[in-house]
Formats: sequence, C-alpha cells, structure tokens
Amino acid sequence: MANQAIGVIFSNIHDDNIPELAHHRTMASIPYGGRYRLIDFALSNMVNSGITTVGIVTKNNYQSLIDHIGSGKDWDLARKDGGIILLPPYSDENDALYTNRLEALKGVTGFLKRRKEEYVVLSDCDAIARVDIADVVRFHEEKHSDITMVCHEEKGEYQSAYFMTIDPDANGRVKGIKINPTLKANDKYHLYVNIMVLNREYLINLIQDAVTRGLSSFGRNILTQHLDTIKVYAYQFKGYFAGINSLEKYYQHSMELLDSNVRSELFGARDIYTKIRDSAPSKYTDNAVVKNSLISDGCVIDGTVENCILFRGVNVGKGSVVKNSIIMQDTVIGSDVQLDCVITDKNAVIRTGRHLAGCETLPYFISKGRMI
Amino acid sequence: MFRKKECVAMLLAGGQGSRLYALTNNIAKPAVAFGAKYRIIDFPLSNCINSGIDTVGVLTQYQPLELNEYIGNGQPWDLDRAFGGVHILSPYQAKKKSSWYEGTANAIYQNMNFMKKYNPEYVLILSGDHIYKMDYAAMLKAHKQTGADCTIAAIEVPLKEASRFGVLNTRPDGSIYEFEEKPKQPKSNLASMGIYIFTAKKLYQYLEADEADPDSSKDFGKDVLPAMLNAGEKMQSYLFKGYWKDVGTISSLWESNMDLLGVKPAFDVSDPDWKIHSRNPLAPPEYLGEHAIVTNSLIALGCEIEGTVENSVLATGVIVEEGATVTDSVIMAGTVVKKGARVTYSIIDENVVIDDGATVGEDKETNAEIAVLGRDLTVSAGVKVAGGQIIDKDYKGETNHG
Repeated sequence: MANQAIGVIFSNIHDDNIPELAHHRTMASIPYGGRYRLIDFALSNMVNSGITTVGIVTKNNYQSLIDHIGSGKDWDLARKDGGIILLPPYSDENDALYTNRLEALKGVTGFLKRRKEEYVVLSDCDAIARVDIADVVRFHEEKHSDITMVCHEEKGEYQSAYFMTIDPDANGRVKGIKINPTLKANDKYHLYVNIMVLNREYLINLIQDAVTRGLSSFGRNILTQHLDTIKVYAYQFKGYFAGINSLEKYYQHSMELLDSNVRSELFGARDIYTKIRDSAPSKYTDNAVVKNSLISDGCVIDGTVENCILFRGVNVGKGSVVKNSIIMQDTVIGSDVQLDCVITDKNAVIRTGRHLAGCETLPYFISKGRMI
Repeated sequence: MFRKKECVAMLLAGGQGSRLYALTNNIAKPAVAFGAKYRIIDFPLSNCINSGIDTVGVLTQYQPLELNEYIGNGQPWDLDRAFGGVHILSPYQAKKKSSWYEGTANAIYQNMNFMKKYNPEYVLILSGDHIYKMDYAAMLKAHKQTGADCTIAAIEVPLKEASRFGVLNTRPDGSIYEFEEKPKQPKSNLASMGIYIFTAKKLYQYLEADEADPDSSKDFGKDVLPAMLNAGEKMQSYLFKGYWKDVGTISSLWESNMDLLGVKPAFDVSDPDWKIHSRNPLAPPEYLGEHAIVTNSLIALGCEIEGTVENSVLATGVIVEEGATVTDSVIMAGTVVKKGARVTYSIIDENVVIDDGATVGEDKETNAEIAVLGRDLTVSAGVKVAGGQIIDKDYKGETNHG
C-alpha cells in the first residue's frame, strides 16, 4: 500500500487525561520509554508502513512538539512531496479554537483535499503499540469498508475521559459502539485504540456533511448513529497495547518496558524513530550498581539504580539510591538521595540528601524544572 | 562567482590503517568504531563544524563503501549544505589519465578543482585517524596573525617518542626552521599533528611544483613541506595543548577508548560546548538486568546486559548474557557474549558471536597482548583465544594435526 495512504495525527486530544505531564506540552510530546515521545510510536507505525505524508493536528502548547519534530528528518519525513506537515489551528475571527475532533478535521480539510492518496489513517497519541498500518489498510480494502477501526481485546475496568468499545460480528462488521461504558473487573470487550482508516474522499464528504448539519461529535453523532448505513469494520490488533490515559497508567505501562518480551515486541523487528540529540554514551562509574533498568544515553551513574527508567542525560550522584522510578531528561540527582516510586519531569533537580517516595498506584510526581 | 568560503577543509581518509589488522580488513581506518557510538572520522568532522568550517572534502581510496555510507549527505554533522557541506572525493578517471591517489599531496592535487570552486583564502588539511577536540578557528586566527604561508599544528610529546613523528624545530617565535620526518635523533619534542593550514595560493603553487617533480613521493611531510621551507616560505608552528591520540595501532586504539572512562576522563566526549556529532544508530535505551554488574564502563544504546562488565567500552546493541564477563575490553556494535564466556583485554569488532563458555584474551596484568577479533565471526563454545591473537574468521580452536 506504501504511498496510497496519508496519516493524520491528533497531538492534543486526550491531554486532559494526564494533566501532570500535558500541562505544558501536548499529549504527543509526553516523554516515554527513556528516549521517546508518545508521538514517536504513532509516527513510526506510519513510516514503517510506507506512509510518507503525515499531517499533525495541533491546538495549544505545541512548542515542545515543534522542537521535537523539527524538519521531520529523524523519521525520514523531510520530503519535498509530503513529509511532516504541522497543522496548527485554523480559525477566523468568528471561530473559536476547535473543541472536538470534527472541528479539528474541518480545519484540515484543505490538507486532505490537496493530497491525492486514496486513504487516510487517523491516529491519536495515547497508544503504545506496534500496529502494522499497512495491514490495516489491506483489511480496509478487502472489506470494502467505509471506516475501519483498530481495536484490541481488553479485560477488566477501564478509565479514561473518553473511550469507545466496539461490538463486531463474526465477519468484523461493527454492530454496536458504546461510549464510556461502565466496565467491571471480569468484562471482556474490544477497546477502540484510536486508530482508524477511511477513504480520503469519503472522510472529506463526511466532514462537510457533519459541518452543514451542525454535528459536533464524531463518535456520538456519526459512528454510533449510522452503523446500519456506514460500513464500519473492526480490525483486531493482537500485539502489545498500552493505553496511556492517566499518570498511574503511564507509570504502570512504562514499567512494563523492563520486561524483555514487551521490549522485543515494541522495539524488535522494526525501528521506533525519535529525535536525535547526539548525547554521549552513558557512563557507569566504579560506584555504579544498576539492576533491571532501562538507561538512555548521556547518563552518568555514580549511585544505585534499580527497576528504573532513566531518560537522556540523567545524573545520579554518589551514594544515591533510586528505585522504581521514572527519571526524565537531564534530571540531576545529587549525592545520598533516596527515591522510590518517583516520576521526575525534565530538568528536575533533587538536592543532596533528599528522601522522596510515592507508591505504585500514586507515584510521587516532580514537575518540569523543579528543584527539591 | 560571488560566493566563496574563507576556509575549505580537506580530510585525508584514504589510509588503510594496516596496523589495525583485522579491524580494517574491509573498512577504511577513519570508519573504525570508537568510544561506544562514534567512528574516528566523527572527531575531525565535529571539529570542523564546531569551528565554523562547513565545507569539507573527504578523500577516500581504501575500502570506501562503509565510510561513504556513514558520511552520506553529511546531515549528522550539519554538513548538508546547499553551498559547501561535506563531499566525498574519490579517485577518478580523467580524459588524459586516471590514477589512484599516490600520496597525500597528490590526493589534494587531484582535487584542486574542488577547492577552487569555493575560491578559499585558506585550506585546512586534516587526517582521519586522530582522536582529539580542536578549535581550527583559533589555529586559523593564528595563521592570519602571523601572516604565515603554512601553519602546522604541533603537540609536545615525550622526546623518546618523537622519532615516530614529523618533528618541528622552531625558533622562539614559533617559526619553523627545520622539518624532520621521523628523525632518529629528534632535536625537539614538538610533533606535527598532520594538521596544516595553507594560504590557498601557496598551496596550489607548491602542489603544481610537486606534481611536476618526478623524484617526489608526493607526500606533504616528505616533499611539500620541506620544499616550502627550502624556498624560504614563512612557516609557523601552532602549539596545541589538549588530548590528541593517533589511534593507528591496536594498543593506541585500546588506550584511547579507555581514556573515556571515569568521572573525570582523560578525554571527555560529553562536553555540551563541543559536541561530538555522529550518525546515530536507532536503538532503544540499554537494559541492565537483575544480575548485571557494570562498573567503570561506557555503554551505548541498545545493549542488553545480564553479566558483568568492568572497565570496558560497549557499542550499540552489544549483548552480554548471564554469567559472562567482559573486562578491560572494547566491544563494537552488535556483538554477543554468550553465557559463561569471558572476554579480557580485547578489541572485538562488530557482530561477533562469542559462544557459551569461550575465553577471549588474557588478563592485562600478565603482560599479555591485546586479543583482536575481526567482524562477523564466531568463536565456538568453550574454545580459548589467547592474548595477542588476531583472528579474522570463524574460530573453532587450535587445529589438532595429530
């Protein structure tokens, strides 16, 4: 399918789920897994499937995203034709900023119309998964589907500000969609992972039709209402999936990366692309004791680190013990510090001798640039 | 032509590096891996861009494929430019004759048109086999201030080692009155670093003359520099005080890697004000497992370590399995050290498999030499590679002729 599809990534949708980390950045640019941002997974899935044109829909706080994306070259998307196209909010004097996905899509119809590709892949940034988009498009073609929604079989409770579960029949045709259903511990269901494929022309018509009729919700007004007339199919994604929809889930899923099976599925066969920073390799001193941890480049470790994820450029001082923690880029941990179940945002400074602890369900969060 | 470059750099990267043995069987010396994520050529290229020199010709000859691929369009060094940037200059066929580069001076001579295209005032000649951080802009400033025709960067070395280098004999003002290539009895401890800045017109003039001389070996150190000196051109030394290492031998390559270790290393690659740029391989963060013991080491992205690593430099994606130990060694990308294997005092090239329980190298304290394994080979389970052995194909142990 290579160049038959373009991508559209929504960088801000779901920001409200993780206010701690999305306070001064988009959902898309939340750091993840030691050296990535959430958008890297969505972008890499598209690039690895041969997509060479990706529009990124932004709304606010997108400086960090622009900084991360740059020209798009690190994803091999600095192209003359296509490549990465940032789509900041478009509004005239009478319009406010968009508040829902339909309005966001309305703002990018110009981009959609200018392209020639047959299909559009819409993706949010809250899924950590290695979805073979090319295979989803193949499925979409085979089923002569109008809309193909990627879903993952889940079990148990699910909490998010806005999510959908899907009821497909044996053939994959979607018969019912529920928005924010109450789920119990033993419930099995197909969770929509916020990736869908549509024909480009079909999407443009859908948006125009919705705008003229004053509809506001893609889920409530379109998907759930017209399943008899719109051919909606569910593509079952069977691999590792982590939905990032709260700080607690962020912590829990991040820690899953310490499992080699998860790592090989996520980072194995194909690359996850990210911004290059030219950091030096990480340095372990004579005092270093590091167990069961992921360490990114540019770190200097002079203390003890166990069950942790260290982002680029982290310093751990002598005599310090850091456990069960996620330490983001350029955090400086002084000497004789003790941390347990802590998440530090970028550039935090933890002074010598401090002891801080949270717990697994409520990690202690230190915001960007804070000094403790 | 209105646009011009004040200074163009010409980087000699054609050397075979035969004293690196198995490490340069298939690649040119400047492409040899260094310091867990770098290649030797990253240092002169980073120095260029950090010094504001954005036009670099890289002269390749020996096994250029990997080097060419590595340099690519120069983007990792910010050297992908519409005017200027990095260019690979390989030997070419011309209408009248075609020839390989015969010496360093001939290599530059054959690319005179490349330099002239940029109409530079000055030409900086570099070699691709040294590890150092140097501000060429400061050297250029000195060259302009002294009004020299040629400035040679020099470093002080122990007098007993000076006979391995080109030695500069200078007056108190730094001007050179004598140039001796590898003298038996050096008169000074000032060694040429193989880094020259020429006033462009003088360079062209002496390259033409050297080319016309049938007796010349077409080498800067042996021919061009002495000729300039004899003709009374103004030649200056530029004293460099900093870390500089010729990594042309197995032991110097090993030492230079080890110089990166420690909280205050002899050579620091993590200086934010003098970044060493490189083409970064894609890899997730390194993972250190439950049983990992890693001390005094440099570990690159993508490594998976369950064993013990001490005083070593491990490049991207190296795997050290449980019960395996790596000590005093340099291991290049993608190599796997399997369960119970022991690697001591060795340099191991890319994508080597050291199978279960195999032993490579001998303890440094026993006065053993460094063991070297070339790329893409397998050392079979349980066999022993002795210290000082250099191996470039699969190794199943000593052949038993009995």
